[in-house]
Amino acid sequence: MSESHLQLARAGLYCPSGGFYIDPLRPVERAIITHGHADHARAGHGAVLASAETLAIMAARYGPAFAGRTEVLAPGERLSIGGVGVSLHPAGHVLGSMQVRLDVAGRVTVVSGDYKRQPDPTCAPFECVPCDVFITEATFGLPVFRHPPARAEIDRLLASLALFPDRTHLVGAYALGKAQRVIAELRGAGYDRPIYLHGALEPLCALYAAHGVALGPLESVGDKGRELAGEIVLCPPGQLADRWARRFGDPVCAAASGWMRVRAWARQRGAELPLVISDHADWDGLCATITETGARTVWVTHGAEDALVHWCGKQGLNARPLNRIGYGDENGIERPDTLSGPR
Amino acid sequence: MLRFSALLDRLSSEPGRNGKLALLTEYFRTTPDPARGYALAILTGALRFRRVRPAVLRALVAGRVDPVLFELSYDFIGDLSETVALIWPAPEAAEREPPPLPEVIRQLADAPRGAAAAELLAGWLDGLDETGRWALLKLVTGGLRVGVSARLAKTAVARLGTLSADEIDEIWHGLSLPYESLFAWAQGRAERPVTDDPVPFRPPMLAHPLGEGDLSGLDPADFAAEWKWDGIRVQAAAAPAADGGTRQRLYSRGGEDISAAFPDLVGSFDFEAVLDGELLVVIEGEARSFSMLQQRLNRKTVSARLLKSHPAAIRAYDLLSLEGEDLRPLPFGRRRALLERFVRQIAHPRIDLSPLLPFGDFAALEAARSDPGLLHGGRDAAAIEGVMLKRRAAPYLPGRPKGEWYKWKRDPYRVDAVLMYAQRGRGQHSSFSSDYSFGVWREGPEGAELVPVGKACLGLTDDALAEIDQFVRAHTVNRFGPVREVAHDTETGLVLEIAFEGLNRSSRHKSGIAMRFPRLVCLRRDKRPQEADRLETLLALLPASDRSA
Repeated sequence: MSESHLQLARAGLYCPSGGFYIDPLRPVERAIITHGHADHARAGHGAVLASAETLAIMAARYGPAFAGRTEVLAPGERLSIGGVGVSLHPAGHVLGSMQVRLDVAGRVTVVSGDYKRQPDPTCAPFECVPCDVFITEATFGLPVFRHPPARAEIDRLLASLALFPDRTHLVGAYALGKAQRVIAELRGAGYDRPIYLHGALEPLCALYAAHGVALGPLESVGDKGRELAGEIVLCPPGQLADRWARRFGDPVCAAASGWMRVRAWARQRGAELPLVISDHADWDGLCATITETGARTVWVTHGAEDALVHWCGKQGLNARPLNRIGYGDENGIERPDTLSGPR
Repeated sequence: MLRFSALLDRLSSEPGRNGKLALLTEYFRTTPDPARGYALAILTGALRFRRVRPAVLRALVAGRVDPVLFELSYDFIGDLSETVALIWPAPEAAEREPPPLPEVIRQLADAPRGAAAAELLAGWLDGLDETGRWALLKLVTGGLRVGVSARLAKTAVARLGTLSADEIDEIWHGLSLPYESLFAWAQGRAERPVTDDPVPFRPPMLAHPLGEGDLSGLDPADFAAEWKWDGIRVQAAAAPAADGGTRQRLYSRGGEDISAAFPDLVGSFDFEAVLDGELLVVIEGEARSFSMLQQRLNRKTVSARLLKSHPAAIRAYDLLSLEGEDLRPLPFGRRRALLERFVRQIAHPRIDLSPLLPFGDFAALEAARSDPGLLHGGRDAAAIEGVMLKRRAAPYLPGRPKGEWYKWKRDPYRVDAVLMYAQRGRGQHSSFSSDYSFGVWREGPEGAELVPVGKACLGLTDDALAEIDQFVRAHTVNRFGPVREVAHDTETGLVLEIAFEGLNRSSRHKSGIAMRFPRLVCLRRDKRPQEADRLETLLALLPASDRSA
């Protein structure tokens, strides 16, 4: 791995010159965190460097004492740690998500974290950072994954609401990022009725709103059930098949996830209305991004590495899979076992 | 094509029968002729066209997509049509409107074999979105699998108005594409279509499985008993046609015309009647096992050799119509008397009577289910799978009326076997390891070895499936694509109790046998692998006629 400033240690990606890890899997002295999803942002580090939003998300999830010390790094601002130039650049994944750029004597490595290229009204858009080594995620790293525009999926949800005006439309969406994006896209499509939230989604929606993301009127589901006929209710994906969902009588169950593109999986998860809305880059997005960075060396992690490594090889790039066990699905990254696994 | 794609798409994610019915009825209500007629023909299986084989599809996609990426994707998704639909690269050029459904079907039927058909398909794929591609591929590969039976599709048409599916079934075979007269009738815009079909299908009367406690409410004197035959239910119909000839037809239970596969029977129906009975292979007066009959099923044509080695016959148990008179309103006892006289009169060499069983009480029948010899059924034992109870006073009612007919099947066979391989399910089950292959012991050259005897995916609770899944993950010793070989020796392994309906001789399986309808009963945590059953135990269950084959 001499071509990069990073090496793979037990706790994750490590920068020896700077003495810090990026998104480590276990508590370390010093960590840079790309974004607030739990498989990247864990509690208990000595010091955490991240965007202001990511630190706020971690505090909301783990409590204010989630790390010994925290430090905000604004997007584009440069910091030198042990001779390594460090800066953060928007990844377009969720609120506050960043790529990490490392620079040693003009040689640049970029760690993408999770990212997407589709527009998203709830976070800053992905910024392409030219680099020599690009460490990319590959959650949807197969050419069968092409995400349609989120707006088209939202239109299908609204069409179903028009077709079944007497049924609650229950949308399973992950609490950080997906839920807020679905809400914001609904608002963008002109839906201005109150949107009802399962309790588990409320804190992060409030956090988004406090960071200036307009989500419109939101209400708690609380004890309400059948009186929400014809309304849109958001809940964590796992609740779709839970007893909790029965309070709505005969709801239309929708699920918002990139995995919804595969029919059999949507069916298994009880989603009558699969909405292909993802906060990860699709295949075309991954390939285009790799090309745009100009990187000659690509490390592929966090998903379906084989196909993307193969593709890079065909483009004449030096590519390898980086097996970082512990990210995403617990059973290795074979396929999603639950919607609350990889998003 | 777009409307039909959208329908298939919605059907595929709609789990409930009522939901599917609502979607179908809505489609038939809002789709004009003739497109809805073509859709109906496809959904009922009335329309069949040359199918595109998986190899052709693979070749087609290989021309557009990097084969390595395709294989990785196929392995991940697990369904060929869906993988191709998702991976097909959208052309840069402006989208073309795909042709309407009837046009797609016409062009497909007219296309010459091979490359030209593939070229046609590629052109359509270029013009469709992902849903359209998926639907088209499901259509041309013949694997629609959206959970819609012919009956459900007809029920949806019936719901356009106040008809019943049975009423549609009765005239179905006299109708033809695109069913305009049927839709007009269903929607109350026209009279019942007049068909010149002299031998329409009569929807059969079906039996309920005899449940716990049912017997206590029944008086043996009210019932006639017969063997429950292990063949296929058929309707044999013949009648003079308007042109002076005779129409002869053999229908399956679902109303499918299977005459072409049974020329040895159908050609000699020189009567005017409709018989209800069981299709069996009968040799020298003895009914043979279902595996013999199976050789004759699902064939478009049949060779002279097969006609000779596997001669088909009908064992008649009801008479629905005689010389133009509908006998169905008569009680069973009366129909039976007419049937007996009719079978005697026609003296057809391949049609005989399903005998009534003399029994004093239900206990005698219960014993005879698994030992037909007790009631003189010994010669036919290979084709007997239980007994039927029919109320003597009951008219012939289509469908499954309550309390009139009961089927009382022999108890299933059970065996303890050892889990050998687990396969990730394809299609609907693609995220579980859901297909389990299991084996029993036999003496091999190096001592006891397990030989696979079957594969099952049904029957267990979610908890038990989760436990198996965990065992599989922890004890995988080998992987072959989606198949995992699981540790299985005398000490390490998982014992599964398997239930099955019977055994067939099979040259395709290493063990030489194939199970009928195997399903998982439970996990035998109390048993060690070496305590599982032996192959000899299973071989002893084969029907005598198959044992030496």
